Amino acid sequence: MDSLLFARAQFAITTVYHFFFVPLTLGLSVLVALMETIYVRTGRVIYKDMAKFWGKLFVINFAMGVVTGIVQEFQFGMNWSEYSRFVGDIFGAPLAIEALLAFFLESTFLGIWIFGWDKLSKGLHALTMWMVAIGSNVSALWILIANSFMQEPVGYTIRNGRAEMTDFFALLLNPNVQVQFPHTVLAGFTTAAFFVMGISAYHLMRKQNIEFFRRSFQMAAIVGAFAIIMVGLTGHSQAQEMVRSQPMKMAAAEALWYTEDPASFSILTIGDLAQRRDVFAIRIPRLLSLLAYNQLSGEVKGIHDLQAEFEQQYGEGNYIPPVAVTYWTFRMMVGSGILLGWFGLYAVFIVMADLYDNRRWAWRIFPYTIALPYLANTSGWLMTELGRAPWVVYGVMKIEDAISPTVSGGMALFTLVAFTLIYASLMVATIYLLRKFAIAGPKITEVEEPKADVGFVPAAQPAQD
Amino acid sequence: MDLNTVWFILIAVLYIGFFVLEGFDFGVGMLLPFLSKHSDPQEQDRLRRTMINNIGPHWDANEVWLLTAGGATFAAFPHWYATLFSGFYLALFLLLAALIVRGVAFEFRSKDDNPRWRRLWDTCIFLGSAVPALLLGVAFANLVRGVPIDAEMHYVGTFFDLLNPYSIMAGLDTVLTFALYGAIFLSLKTKGEVMERAESAAQRLWLPTLVVTVLVLIMTYFYTDILTKLGVNPGFIPIAGAAAFLLSFYFIRRRQMGWAFILVAVSIAFAFLSEFMILFPRVMVSSLNPAWSLTIYNAASSPYTLRVMTIIAVIFLPIVLAYQAWSYWVFRKRISGLPEELTY
Repeated sequence: MDSLLFARAQFAITTVYHFFFVPLTLGLSVLVALMETIYVRTGRVIYKDMAKFWGKLFVINFAMGVVTGIVQEFQFGMNWSEYSRFVGDIFGAPLAIEALLAFFLESTFLGIWIFGWDKLSKGLHALTMWMVAIGSNVSALWILIANSFMQEPVGYTIRNGRAEMTDFFALLLNPNVQVQFPHTVLAGFTTAAFFVMGISAYHLMRKQNIEFFRRSFQMAAIVGAFAIIMVGLTGHSQAQEMVRSQPMKMAAAEALWYTEDPASFSILTIGDLAQRRDVFAIRIPRLLSLLAYNQLSGEVKGIHDLQAEFEQQYGEGNYIPPVAVTYWTFRMMVGSGILLGWFGLYAVFIVMADLYDNRRWAWRIFPYTIALPYLANTSGWLMTELGRAPWVVYGVMKIEDAISPTVSGGMALFTLVAFTLIYASLMVATIYLLRKFAIAGPKITEVEEPKADVGFVPAAQPAQD
Repeated sequence: MDLNTVWFILIAVLYIGFFVLEGFDFGVGMLLPFLSKHSDPQEQDRLRRTMINNIGPHWDANEVWLLTAGGATFAAFPHWYATLFSGFYLALFLLLAALIVRGVAFEFRSKDDNPRWRRLWDTCIFLGSAVPALLLGVAFANLVRGVPIDAEMHYVGTFFDLLNPYSIMAGLDTVLTFALYGAIFLSLKTKGEVMERAESAAQRLWLPTLVVTVLVLIMTYFYTDILTKLGVNPGFIPIAGAAAFLLSFYFIRRRQMGWAFILVAVSIAFAFLSEFMILFPRVMVSSLNPAWSLTIYNAASSPYTLRVMTIIAVIFLPIVLAYQAWSYWVFRKRISGLPEELTY
């Protein structure tokens, strides 16, 4: 049985699944910390209620991120032992540092946050959520430092058949980290913002807890609009970095068969994958050069020319990633991003112009926009990882050389099926809980002065709150 | 002392930290169905929640010790990481699956009132605690006993090679020890019914744990090279560990659980420390040819990586210890199980 295929499928499934939960953690931790900080600074109890309500959804999501992260830490050794031997010197270091600097921080302080409402001063309690936020975002930094080595290996030398670290700071300052980290973290903020806006819109449409959800929507709209614009800008820098460091990925993402100067951008390409040529294509002239170099001309290399170059450099072989997947996931990511950009601006417009009343269309549509960041996050990573094929470490090690020789196809298939089943059942339980608590709404603390929100409806609260 | 030795010690510290901390929350998870028996389902649920809420703030951070140990093994001894995790493949899969459902179960079980929902997650907590406790005992016994590793550092055995009398007995020992340790922890951190049940569980678990531990000790002389490594008189650490365990019974009987907790913690720490002492300077023993064993030299990263990692560990490990200790200080009070005290 094909253990390479099963190992790859397992990595894809467990990683995509893990990253389904991570972006929300990155952004929502900061939003909840902000809410609680406003509560501490102003004493307005509604912000405490907000921190508690969104915090509960955060915690459910966080738990899934944590447990799926355990598999990430160990599966390099399980399925990719030759990879681990070859790059452990470099790749293991950021993983260990991530655990030491970030996992301890977020898990310890989240435990204190969940259980410590009555045990700490207000300010200290808010601080614990900031520690969680810092922890999860620092974790993103270190894992992306590790991933960036796979995208753009730096600071190493090959000695005794292994890659050895020669410059730790080169690893940290990898040009790829500088664009990938902000892009990923801001995507997390976008995910969280649209999550909050979507659920708020759901309640605003039903005129429940209007005051509470207006404030939530407002905060998320501002964070979300800023984040999605920055996601676009950093994504642009990332594409430019990609043209430089992994031209083949860019060529595949654009279905650019032959080198062009000036290069055109594909709006829609139906390709013949066997022949590697266009059947039908709409392309905008010069746009790809503009994206790649910020000017109207400039050479962008094509797939066939790069293949020839690589054969010369690395010997016979197929150096072309799966073009259709790379091409379409790129479009899915960018397309979702553009849609999110418009929705973000629309949300800010609603907030700035104070147009909360009679926004039925907006309140109806925003809950569905929750899906868009997930689509963009997943397709973005699929493109990043699959577009690197056939390399596991770009230009250094091929995927087929990375797998564990002692793990049989049957074993890999068994764990693939088992992890998929476990993950699928957990996904059902997670969505059930998130949906239940999102719909149930917050528990509003009564305060003395009369409140403005006429639509206040005491929400049914589960006993274990 | 060279950096390879430093990292061997650091990884030993991380695993020992993991066992000393997660040991009692594995124990609480294993005791969950036994200490909560009650004719009234609601009362049973309250007892269970009292138990779970005691480890609620801590289990996740405790588990990070294992993740960090795994990450540190990857960074400092890539061949150890690669051989161990690809070799113990199915066992590691079972361990991961158990830890996954366990973590989710803590978070999810009390977020819905449906009794079937809660029963399901309670089963996950029990299995998710018992299975790792067993597997980790089995795995560590195999590290010292030796497993088939060839000249290319590849594990060439099967899953069933990991199951032998010695490793199974060691697995049983970790299960019983952690259950005892969990019972002592609960008796320190609860009041009323749960406390009384935990105290009597501790009293009843001590003797079986002693019997199994003695068997494991005897078997260690037959299955490992402890005699050449430590000698007939194994030295201070193993003897002190055994003495601490024996002494703990005195305090368990007198219900001085604080002392009992410290002594059992010391005995767990010293037991694993002894194991690492037998192992040193190897990290995995080859049963095929002693020369094929993985050692802190042939399995290690480059000196440069070890130096970088040492600097980072020296700076950050004390900080981690400080805030984790603080989290235990924050939640030092006993939980009596009143509804307003319960979060999970």
